[in-house]
Amino acid sequence: MIRFILLQNRQGKTRLAKYYVPLEESEKHKVEYEVHRLVVNRDAKFTNFVEFRTHKVIYRRYAGLFFSVCVDITDNELAYLESIHLFVEILDHFFSNVCELDLVFNFHKVYLILDEFILAGELQETSKRAIIERMSELEKLQ
Amino acid sequence: MTGMRGLSVFISDVRNCQNKEAERLRVDKELGNIRTCFKNEKVLTPYKKKKYVWKMLYIHMLGYDVDFGHMEAVSLISAPKYPEKQVGYIVTSCLLNENHDFLKLAINTVRNDIIGRNETFQCLALTLVGNIGGRDFAESLAPDVQKLLISSSCRPLVRKKAALCLLRLFRKNPDAVNVDGWADRMAQLLDERDLGVLTSSTSLLVALVSNNHEAYSSCLPKCVKILERLARNQDVPQEYTYYGIPSPWLQVKAMRALQYFPTIEDPSTRKALFEVLQRILMGTDVVKNVNKNNASHAVLFEALSLVMHLDAEKEMMSQCVALLGKFISVREPNIRYLGLENMTRMLMVTDVQDIIKKHQSQIITSLKDPDISIRRRALDLLYGMCDVSNAKDIVEELLQYLSTAEFSMREELSLKAAILAEKFAPDLSWYVDVILQLIDKAGDFVSDDIWFRVVQFVTNNEDLQPYAASKAREYLDKIAIHETMVKVSAYILGEYGHLLARQPGCSASELFSILHEKLPTISTPTIPILLSTYAKLLMHAQPPDPELQKKVWAVFKKYESCIDVEIQQRAVEYFELSKKGPAFMDVLAEMPKFPERQSSLIKKAENVEDTADQSAIKLRAQQQPSNAMVLADQQPVNGAPPPLKVPILSGSTDPESVARSLSHPNGTLSNIDPQTPSPDLLSDLLGPLAIEAPPGAVSNEQHGPVGAEGVPDEVDGSAIVPVEEQTNTVELIGNIAERFHALCLKDSGVLYEDPHIQIGIKAEWRGHHGRLVLFMGNKNTSPLTSVQALILPPAHLRLDLSPVPDTIPPRAQVQSPLEVMNIRPSRDVAVLDFSYKFGANVVSAKLRIPATLNKFLQPLQLTSEEFFPQWRAISGPPLKLQEVVRGVRPLALPEMANLFNSFHVTICPGLDPNPNNLVASTTFYSESTGAILCLARIETDPADRTQLRMTVGTGDPTLTFELKEFIKEQLITVPMGSRALVPAAGPAPPVAQPPSPAALADDPGAMLAGLL
Repeated sequence: MIRFILLQNRQGKTRLAKYYVPLEESEKHKVEYEVHRLVVNRDAKFTNFVEFRTHKVIYRRYAGLFFSVCVDITDNELAYLESIHLFVEILDHFFSNVCELDLVFNFHKVYLILDEFILAGELQETSKRAIIERMSELEKLQ
Repeated sequence: MTGMRGLSVFISDVRNCQNKEAERLRVDKELGNIRTCFKNEKVLTPYKKKKYVWKMLYIHMLGYDVDFGHMEAVSLISAPKYPEKQVGYIVTSCLLNENHDFLKLAINTVRNDIIGRNETFQCLALTLVGNIGGRDFAESLAPDVQKLLISSSCRPLVRKKAALCLLRLFRKNPDAVNVDGWADRMAQLLDERDLGVLTSSTSLLVALVSNNHEAYSSCLPKCVKILERLARNQDVPQEYTYYGIPSPWLQVKAMRALQYFPTIEDPSTRKALFEVLQRILMGTDVVKNVNKNNASHAVLFEALSLVMHLDAEKEMMSQCVALLGKFISVREPNIRYLGLENMTRMLMVTDVQDIIKKHQSQIITSLKDPDISIRRRALDLLYGMCDVSNAKDIVEELLQYLSTAEFSMREELSLKAAILAEKFAPDLSWYVDVILQLIDKAGDFVSDDIWFRVVQFVTNNEDLQPYAASKAREYLDKIAIHETMVKVSAYILGEYGHLLARQPGCSASELFSILHEKLPTISTPTIPILLSTYAKLLMHAQPPDPELQKKVWAVFKKYESCIDVEIQQRAVEYFELSKKGPAFMDVLAEMPKFPERQSSLIKKAENVEDTADQSAIKLRAQQQPSNAMVLADQQPVNGAPPPLKVPILSGSTDPESVARSLSHPNGTLSNIDPQTPSPDLLSDLLGPLAIEAPPGAVSNEQHGPVGAEGVPDEVDGSAIVPVEEQTNTVELIGNIAERFHALCLKDSGVLYEDPHIQIGIKAEWRGHHGRLVLFMGNKNTSPLTSVQALILPPAHLRLDLSPVPDTIPPRAQVQSPLEVMNIRPSRDVAVLDFSYKFGANVVSAKLRIPATLNKFLQPLQLTSEEFFPQWRAISGPPLKLQEVVRGVRPLALPEMANLFNSFHVTICPGLDPNPNNLVASTTFYSESTGAILCLARIETDPADRTQLRMTVGTGDPTLTFELKEFIKEQLITVPMGSRALVPAAGPAPPVAQPPSPAALADDPGAMLAGLL
């Protein structure tokens, strides 16, 4: 199961943080700092997997943004790696050609999309269309 | 959300800040603003509230503490309109976690939204509970969520959220999902057409079957059906294919669920599954598109896992090995990583060692990869595949790698190299070479265990001794050597240096000189080893060498007044002994052979693996209940009580107290696993030196050899028998035993009191360290003289008591700090031998120091998903021990829970599905073991509260045993009150023999209890 999802830029600024396990605030800051340090200097030719404490972080870099998910040691690495990509595709579709600024100014929408995509640390919906349609339903309610 | 200009403006402002300081100022200003607005409820429109709450989330995300406004966020949940309600739900689930009290306030609203008719509200509520719902939610909401999941009138949108919400509730409390009715429903859910609902339901299924596969066996064929449906790409809408692959995630989930069923009985289901698997194994090609490639390989690797789990026929297995062989040589790092990882898993389940060995050179290449993730996998695989045939090559590689490896890997690397060298050494001289190289290259990362072990080998193998001695001598020629090298070479040369006497540069006096050169560079604990070596060199010098004698004596003289008591004692005694001629020879004779025993290193590595290397397969293998638990030992542990006790008990009519004393664990170590190695390596090594020590001497390194294996504690125990046997001429105030037991559970209080003096104690504990302060207060108007305080430490504690002044002035209090370090698990206790003179009377007392096992426990509460995998990972004895305990003091369950919590073994409420059971967890700290997770389960019988079944599991066999005994003592004895019946009872009975009745008679409490 996914323990947490982080979206951070190269400088380590958090653009999205979602925890599916209860952590204290101080612990969250520590986790965000450590994960950033762990992934930021890795060569592009390296694996997308790094051990993190007793778990592992699956991460992928898109331009200056790092998407990291922390999962159990026994979880299927590639499946989570591609779920990151699916999430990025959904964001890209929703914001039409997403860039970091979209995510900054619309962070609240990113949380909404994430809640349609992942729940309780598990994938909820893998159809891009279903999620985009759901988002426009919600926009109408505003 | 449209038109929230204030939010956008704020985000821009923050972005435009030139530096961190400016950003902080802007954020602080905003927080001040929000705070003011929140205080003034009247002007706070729902819109404003919403805007501020979003801002708070943004500020929180930037890493600033937001310590107010949580209430406002939570209160938005009950807003009537969607836009506000939505913000309330989302921000709450980001700012609060399941343990937050405010969440409880929202339970009712959340429940109303779940059972209400508004679909949008249902979705919001299910999402919140799914993401941060805790136990409270599990208990009150599970049935409602189940209803939504199986409802035919709900849209898939709601049902998929309900499925995952239920999964969360199940993880928080497995009882929330009642197996009986639910298994059939679950099977029906797997017939679902909507792939969103099916994906979520399959995740739920994985959790349910991992907990109880039998109940959900009807789901097994359904999983195979799902796989067939996807694999044949039938009835899969376009939107659920990912780069042309029918939902890879659902395929992975379905195969994962299947790995929790031990086997597939039904031949047709099995056949269908193997067809699918075969198609995946053969039909996955490498393609250009990275995403497609990853997705298809995600499925392929899951299929490999499933094939390994099912232990398929040989042909399919060799296909898998061939595939993995291909993967570990590809350039693509992810695939290579997974190839190495899965090959390591494969080693555990099948007999494929020989095929894997063909890839050895390829794997060694990966050990040199620039990516640490790959290197770690390569190291694990090399370690797993090592055997006699390739040990030399592999260990050489590891040694080479050691020089360049990053610090974070060196300790593991040296431990693994040491173990492989020991397990598979083609000849022992090679083993000695390897260990000495290890110490030379990575001394800081070579634990004491490693050099103790090489000493054992050398001692036990005569052929090896001259070789080891000459090797040790060679290393001493190096300019700078690691302290561990000084220790091991000093030890070996002391014992066997004389075997080299004819070689140049190896006379006793030359050995002395070269060793003595190292003395200025070493730390205090190494000096005693050198002193012993000097004494031995002196003895072995043939013909006697007066020059050498002069030099050695000068050293002994120098250290005669050393502040370190160990060094001082050795110096004084060796000096005296060396004047004794033949007696000297006898005392310093060669060390006897060590009893054969399992390597503590291997044990240690197994522990490391248990925590660090839990592959899915291994985890699954450990879930077989048969090897997860030890059958109970039905006998009371110690048989008949020692005869001396009988007279005391004869007057007792209380059957319970008789039972209590019958099952008292005093001194019983009979049921320990005979394979358990004595953890007392150091005292083994230095053991025979104890002959020199005067009786009752303190050094924890000088107790006699530990004797028979498996009884590590008795020797130490016997040194401190007369705990309460005192020749006091004063009337005690209060009961010493009671005071001690009270102090076992708290950190400050009075340890001892009589009309003249009161000794108080205050303690702080951190990890395996403790700092106690003894407060000795003179209650009289005249001074107390000849005050003496001496600590008699058991072997597992290192204690350092600051000197106590000889005289305590009238009405004065002196403080004496006492440093405690826990070296390894043991229930023994340290004793303070205390005496003073009042007038002509000498008063003395032997007081147990409350540095008991529980002081080195740190409370730890686990959730069910943390607890159960760990619990299963600890497999069988000696790591996991079970025992039926009888004669338990009857306690209601909450009381028992309090008792456990009081000695830092934290009850994790509700984890066990049976309400009569308790599960608990804690962390134990000691120097040798580090921090170890300890788990315990108590199964009580509501019909008979005097018996229970207890299972204790930790990563260390000694700890498991000690902790089990410790808990047992707590359960059997009464913490306060009539404990005198069982004089040595309580958290840490220090005695291995029963105290004499005479000693008891001195204790007024004991007499009283005897009369009752």
